[in-house]
Amino acid sequence: MNIDDIKREFPIFDDKIQNNDLVYLDSANSSQKPRVVVDRIYDFYTKEFSNVGRSVHYLAVAATNLYEQTRVSVQKYINAKDKDEIVFTKGATEAINLVANTFGQKYLSEGDEVLLTELEHHSNYVPWHFLRKAKNIKIEFAEINDDGEVTLEAIEKKITNKTKIISVSHLSNVTGAILPIKEIIQLAHSKNIPVLIDGCQGAPHLKLDMQDIDCDFYAISGHKMYGPTGIGILYAKKKWLEDLPPYQGGGGMINEVKKEGITYGELPNKYEAGTMATAQVIAFNESIKFMEKIGIQNIEKHEKELLDYGLEKLRKNNSVNIIGNPKEKGGVISFTIEGVHPHDIATILDEDGVAIRAGHHCCQILHDKLNLPATARASFGVYNTKDDIDKLDDAINKCKKIFNL
Amino acid sequence: MDLKDLYQEIILDHGKNPRNLGKFDNYNKDAKGNNPLCGDNVHVYLRLNENKKVEDIAFEGHGCAISMASASIMTDMVRGKEEKEVKEIVTDFLGMIKEKDSLETNILKEDEKTKLMSLSGVKQYPMRVKCATLSWHTLTSALDNSDQIVKTED
Repeated sequence: MNIDDIKREFPIFDDKIQNNDLVYLDSANSSQKPRVVVDRIYDFYTKEFSNVGRSVHYLAVAATNLYEQTRVSVQKYINAKDKDEIVFTKGATEAINLVANTFGQKYLSEGDEVLLTELEHHSNYVPWHFLRKAKNIKIEFAEINDDGEVTLEAIEKKITNKTKIISVSHLSNVTGAILPIKEIIQLAHSKNIPVLIDGCQGAPHLKLDMQDIDCDFYAISGHKMYGPTGIGILYAKKKWLEDLPPYQGGGGMINEVKKEGITYGELPNKYEAGTMATAQVIAFNESIKFMEKIGIQNIEKHEKELLDYGLEKLRKNNSVNIIGNPKEKGGVISFTIEGVHPHDIATILDEDGVAIRAGHHCCQILHDKLNLPATARASFGVYNTKDDIDKLDDAINKCKKIFNL
Repeated sequence: MDLKDLYQEIILDHGKNPRNLGKFDNYNKDAKGNNPLCGDNVHVYLRLNENKKVEDIAFEGHGCAISMASASIMTDMVRGKEEKEVKEIVTDFLGMIKEKDSLETNILKEDEKTKLMSLSGVKQYPMRVKCATLSWHTLTSALDNSDQIVKTED
């Protein structure tokens, strides 16, 4: 595949940003959007718009078909068994909240344990914390090792007979560690514990096969997969979606509404209350097609090359300290520079058009463990090149110069 | 935008070697502030004497060069001033960071104003303004005996 051609499909790179060529190294935060996705939103609103699933006029039927086509595309992309196992949400955060809320309502009570890991994003901790408050459940954290990984053994150590659900990241947005999710799921299932995978960082970069990994729930963020904001996916095994109570109430999710009682709609409508992010869902189909066209194996290979090149380059740069050293690692390099705070690094890099993120990346538990208030993070997408990494390295050197290092 | 405006020598110096860093025993007012977006935090301690004068002031915390330099310069500047003078300086400083071109208070000497104006570079960097203002809001909170932890996200 030719990265220059791929990059040209992203309009953001057409123009200079603050007089610089954009070196976008913040894809773990949110990816840029290819033209096909942006155009799809425009075309839908200008030529095809209608609400879905309600009216019988031509536009409504056409929009409903488009909306459902995305569901089928997602189903195929992640190899789910049934299209009804795909629930659209406003993001991965809502997907995790949906599970925490409904599973919590039905299956968690005082003293029960939810097992997370120390490297979880806040969106895979705070929803469970609500249950700690409301139901007096306990939250356990599987520990990271010195390489910034969570091993199967670390998970096993924290499983007790009170563990009712395990919810872990596929790929850490800080250390880049890829967790052994298939093994974790096998272990959990051998003890009858369901597993939710926070796939925010997994889905854009790794091959997904729901039937192979056999997880119970998998949360996906659309905007990190070259898709629009405002769309996420909850994959859940059908038995769970049938078994768990609805999440939000409103139009579209009901079967029959009477003064004396309400029955809920069939899947997948049961979990899609109110008017959904229709245009975004329809445009997300283009994101899936875009990724399929390149091929996830090619994306993985490209990002691995970038990662290896980036690690080699930054390791050679004195005073750069790379956070974590996982054996299985995705395209994320978090680092610190001795003597320069990450926010100062980010501001100085930005001056040269190098966009990175600085802070705790919504992982305060992990940063506390690492005893670091903040880190700087460069993360890759399909459009990045080795030249981007060279520019990152140059900008880091400029940073050191300003701080007289 | 020019990085030299933001990272002036004086900022780098105070950022690297913050003055009045630490805690002293006989403080009678203190307050905490944090910046939830980036995890920076500051704890300001001060001692007001019976004449409402700042006898001593110090701070603990961690953050970027801008936030450390700002807290360092601030604590230097308000030591020995009366409470109402401190409040006037704080208002003047925050006004300058927000909109005004210069400092107007007569309480500060010209060289002190020049020193404070070294922080004016953040005006070109909207995301960094809160780095410069966190310790100042926290100082106000300490003087007002507020139990509320100062947050920059409002």
